[in-house]
Amino acid sequence: MFFHVFFLLFLLFLLDVKSGSYTVLQVVEALGSSIENPEPRTRARGIQLLSQVLLQCQSLLLEKEVVHLILFYENRLKDHHLVIPSVLQGLRALSLCVALPPGLAVSVLKAIFQEVHVQSLPQVDRHTVYSIITNFMQTREEELKGLGADFTFGFIQVMDGEKDPRNLLVAFRIVHDLISRDYSLGPFVEELFEVTSCYFPIDFTPVSSPFYSFIHLFASVLPSLPQFLLPLLIEKVDSEILSAKLDSLQTLNACCAVYGQKELKDFLPSLWASIRREVFQTASERVEADGLAALHSLTACLSRSVLRADAEDLLDSFLSNILQDCRHHLCEPDMKLVWPSAKLLQAAAGASARACDHITSNVLPLLLEQFRKHSQSNQRRTILEMILGFLKLHQKWSYEDKDERPLNGFKDQLCSLVFMALTDPNTQLQLVGIRTLAVLGAQNCAEVCVSDPLWLTPSQGCLGPSCVPSDSEIMSPGLLSGELDLAKGDEPTKCSRHLRCLQALSAVSTHPSIVRETLPLLLHMIAGTSEVIAICQSLQQVAEKCQRDPESCWYFHQTAIPCLLALAVQASIVLLEDEVLAAMVSVIGTATTHLSPDLAAQSVARIVPLFLDGDISFLPENSFPCRFQPFQVRVCVSSCITWSGFVCCPSCPSSSTAAAKCFAGLLNKLPAGTEMRLGGGSLPESITDEILEVQPYLMGLLSDPELGPAAADGFSLLMSDCTDVLTRAGHAEVRIMFRQRFFTDNVPALVKGFHAASQDVKPNYLKGLSHVLNRLPKPVLLPELPTLLSLLLEALSCSDCVVQLSTLSCLQPLLLEAPQVMSLHVDTLVTKFLNLSSSPSMAVRIAALQCMHALTRLPTPVLLPYKPQVIRALAKPLDDKKRLVRKEAVSARGEWFLLGSPGS
Amino acid sequence: MVGGGGMGGGLLENANPLIYERSGERPVTAGEEDEQVPDSIDAREIFDLIRSINDPEHPLTLEELNVVDQVRVQVSDPESTVAVAFTPTIPHCSMATLIGLSIKVKLLRSLPQRFKMDVHITPGTHASEHAVNKQLADKERVAAALENTHLLEVVNQCLSARS
Repeated sequence: MFFHVFFLLFLLFLLDVKSGSYTVLQVVEALGSSIENPEPRTRARGIQLLSQVLLQCQSLLLEKEVVHLILFYENRLKDHHLVIPSVLQGLRALSLCVALPPGLAVSVLKAIFQEVHVQSLPQVDRHTVYSIITNFMQTREEELKGLGADFTFGFIQVMDGEKDPRNLLVAFRIVHDLISRDYSLGPFVEELFEVTSCYFPIDFTPVSSPFYSFIHLFASVLPSLPQFLLPLLIEKVDSEILSAKLDSLQTLNACCAVYGQKELKDFLPSLWASIRREVFQTASERVEADGLAALHSLTACLSRSVLRADAEDLLDSFLSNILQDCRHHLCEPDMKLVWPSAKLLQAAAGASARACDHITSNVLPLLLEQFRKHSQSNQRRTILEMILGFLKLHQKWSYEDKDERPLNGFKDQLCSLVFMALTDPNTQLQLVGIRTLAVLGAQNCAEVCVSDPLWLTPSQGCLGPSCVPSDSEIMSPGLLSGELDLAKGDEPTKCSRHLRCLQALSAVSTHPSIVRETLPLLLHMIAGTSEVIAICQSLQQVAEKCQRDPESCWYFHQTAIPCLLALAVQASIVLLEDEVLAAMVSVIGTATTHLSPDLAAQSVARIVPLFLDGDISFLPENSFPCRFQPFQVRVCVSSCITWSGFVCCPSCPSSSTAAAKCFAGLLNKLPAGTEMRLGGGSLPESITDEILEVQPYLMGLLSDPELGPAAADGFSLLMSDCTDVLTRAGHAEVRIMFRQRFFTDNVPALVKGFHAASQDVKPNYLKGLSHVLNRLPKPVLLPELPTLLSLLLEALSCSDCVVQLSTLSCLQPLLLEAPQVMSLHVDTLVTKFLNLSSSPSMAVRIAALQCMHALTRLPTPVLLPYKPQVIRALAKPLDDKKRLVRKEAVSARGEWFLLGSPGS
Repeated sequence: MVGGGGMGGGLLENANPLIYERSGERPVTAGEEDEQVPDSIDAREIFDLIRSINDPEHPLTLEELNVVDQVRVQVSDPESTVAVAFTPTIPHCSMATLIGLSIKVKLLRSLPQRFKMDVHITPGTHASEHAVNKQLADKERVAAALENTHLLEVVNQCLSARS
């Protein structure tokens, strides 16, 4: 009841004061009885009411009124403790007041500092005190500064012991302003630091302002007092608590951004000692990372500092300190401290070009010497990896003058070291060597290596891909001259080296200008050697690299394809091995797949006559002993594959159709029985146009007892995703839903064929069917399931493992997706699956047990009669000799146990 | 036979247990994929069987609570013996018998019949260790316990795959 009256009074006063019909002093008089009431609670309410009104109307107050009110409130601060919160609210309202005459702010603060023991107030009231101080600091800075160090001292007393994070946020702000706005701290600097730093490290992040974390606030307060902060940080880094270590290292890191040499000077040795100890001893990667980061920023800070003419440059002595403590560890590549030392040195060296020079000029000679001293590959690898780390750091700094590069002096030594690494039998060491060489190359230090042909053989593997064109241009002349010499020598001892040369040639062919040099070389070699396959592989690599660049792509096509076709035609006449043909064919395929349509059309226009009419006029060296007859058996096969590249490549309709026709013609002429597998291999590529011609052909073969199984496998190929040629990348036209179309076109025929076929060829149809169904998206299959299911179950009894596996993997998802249909056949399914769970093939056993598991998805009442029998039968595969089978048996049996059991 | 039958709705005995990392799936080796090479049943395989059993109290597995651990599984395939020691999270855990029973049932369902299995509490980790061990070793009592619908329900819940 009382509060209602109170609230109404408040509104009333507010309206009156705002409208001007009452002055604030009249309100005070009206409230007189309650303000002067002997009962402190009533007094508190009266004052609270007044404070609320003031808060609302502070902008309307006149200077005279403010003086009276302040006097009144200051006086009330001496009142009973229950009254104090209301008084503080009033003072806060007055502190916002513009009309506050000079001098009063100081007197209010003095009164508060003197009369109120802030830390015994509740959180809200403490917050009010901080607000009063903040308000005054914003508007009356000059007056407060007049108060001198007393203000700082008063604030320290107010803040000392603060526990609430919300208040701390405000308090830290005040500290920050005290320092940054140059308030007089007097003798209280240390107190101020201590009263703040005792909160370090803070693990609290304010919810309201996620972008402003406490630690940042903290980091912005403390750095202004380096003489106190740095010892504190060192002490905290030395503490046992992980979070304290991390926070102090991070704070140190942040401080280095604002500090200079002057602030750090006295603490450098202790800071280094602490960081070194942490990196050497810690088990935590975060401490190590933060320690290294701190060292990095310390060094960066020292490198950055502007020095007075007479001042000593601390960077050098600091770095010498680091070197002194770390270098002896580098000489023990087997010991634990070698990597921490290297990391410390690298962290420091990464901070500035000067630091980098200083450290590498000391460390590199040492490491080079160590490399020679240690003969074991592992130790050498560690040393080389360290060298690599230092070399990489040099990439960060650009040197304008070539002669000033600090690595120049070590170039020869480094190169010979890399050479030793590359020729070492240890592959790990070789790899590091190659990476080092790449880094050296990027810094133009590798001229020495390329001039020596011996170098290149082991190095190309990684070098080629990592080279930017400019680098490869530098290297290629050297490379080529070296390669040529080697390529000419054909002694057997040089054979493997020769092969690597070929790889090298293809690996460096990254740029059109280089391709123009390497390709003729390769083609020149292909004509006369027995290593056609190896050269073809190299050509293939070049072709792959050319794909990115249309210019080289066309050049390759112009130069290489006629040459290869000529060879292929020649080969068809002199009957070379199949492998050679296959290798050539894949080169042609790769080269063709990425041609642009108009280029492909030109190409096709020249090649079609070759195959159809035997027109060999565009081939180089076209003096063949006899006529090219493309429809001979062997040639047929190879040309089939050749064409497959063309068929799916061009998006130009006319050439595509021509090629397709040609291919279809070839396919039809394939003598049945001889090369069915190869024919099948190229089938998927031809799906777009001549699938209609292929299907009946394959279908007819199914009834052939000899070829049937192979033909059935052909279905699998047709339905599968072909990764090599038939991809969108090879601009093949992959029609959406071709599997569905294939299904609707062919499955009825397959089913019909099955029923009509004689007993011995029936499995072929089942196999084909199960291949088709296996690859088919399940939603398409589900409506047809009832009619096909009996055939699938029949396929389970087929003795061919592949058919069993294919059928099981087809049935398993069906059990999950169509349990109702499947439950009609539960008897057959249980029996067949259990039978297959003891098949000799592990894959079949696993698939059968997975199906047994999937069976539990069927409606429980259907399964329950089989439960005892299944559980008994599944005990056997629990003891299977293969672990993978046992695993499936365990999960299947476990599920069967849970069937119809409570709690499942 | 289970002492702490009143688990429904009561306060958790150990409301805030320490949680351990789950070990990953066992990597498949080339030997395991070879049809000819027999793989013997080893400790890891037994551990894989029991590590995913759910705790009756917490939505956690026995592995995550470190109730079972691979080093406390002893197995000999040629002698057909398995010994599993499990560690209740607290010494007065009334669920100890139930956990032991779940492990026992899981092994009974998953191991070939030739195996003789021994499930017991890690020595010195439970107040009534001997009483619990005795109950778990008694075949008839285990069989009788599984006839109890309520108990079977709880055990099945522990053994169900987590959804």
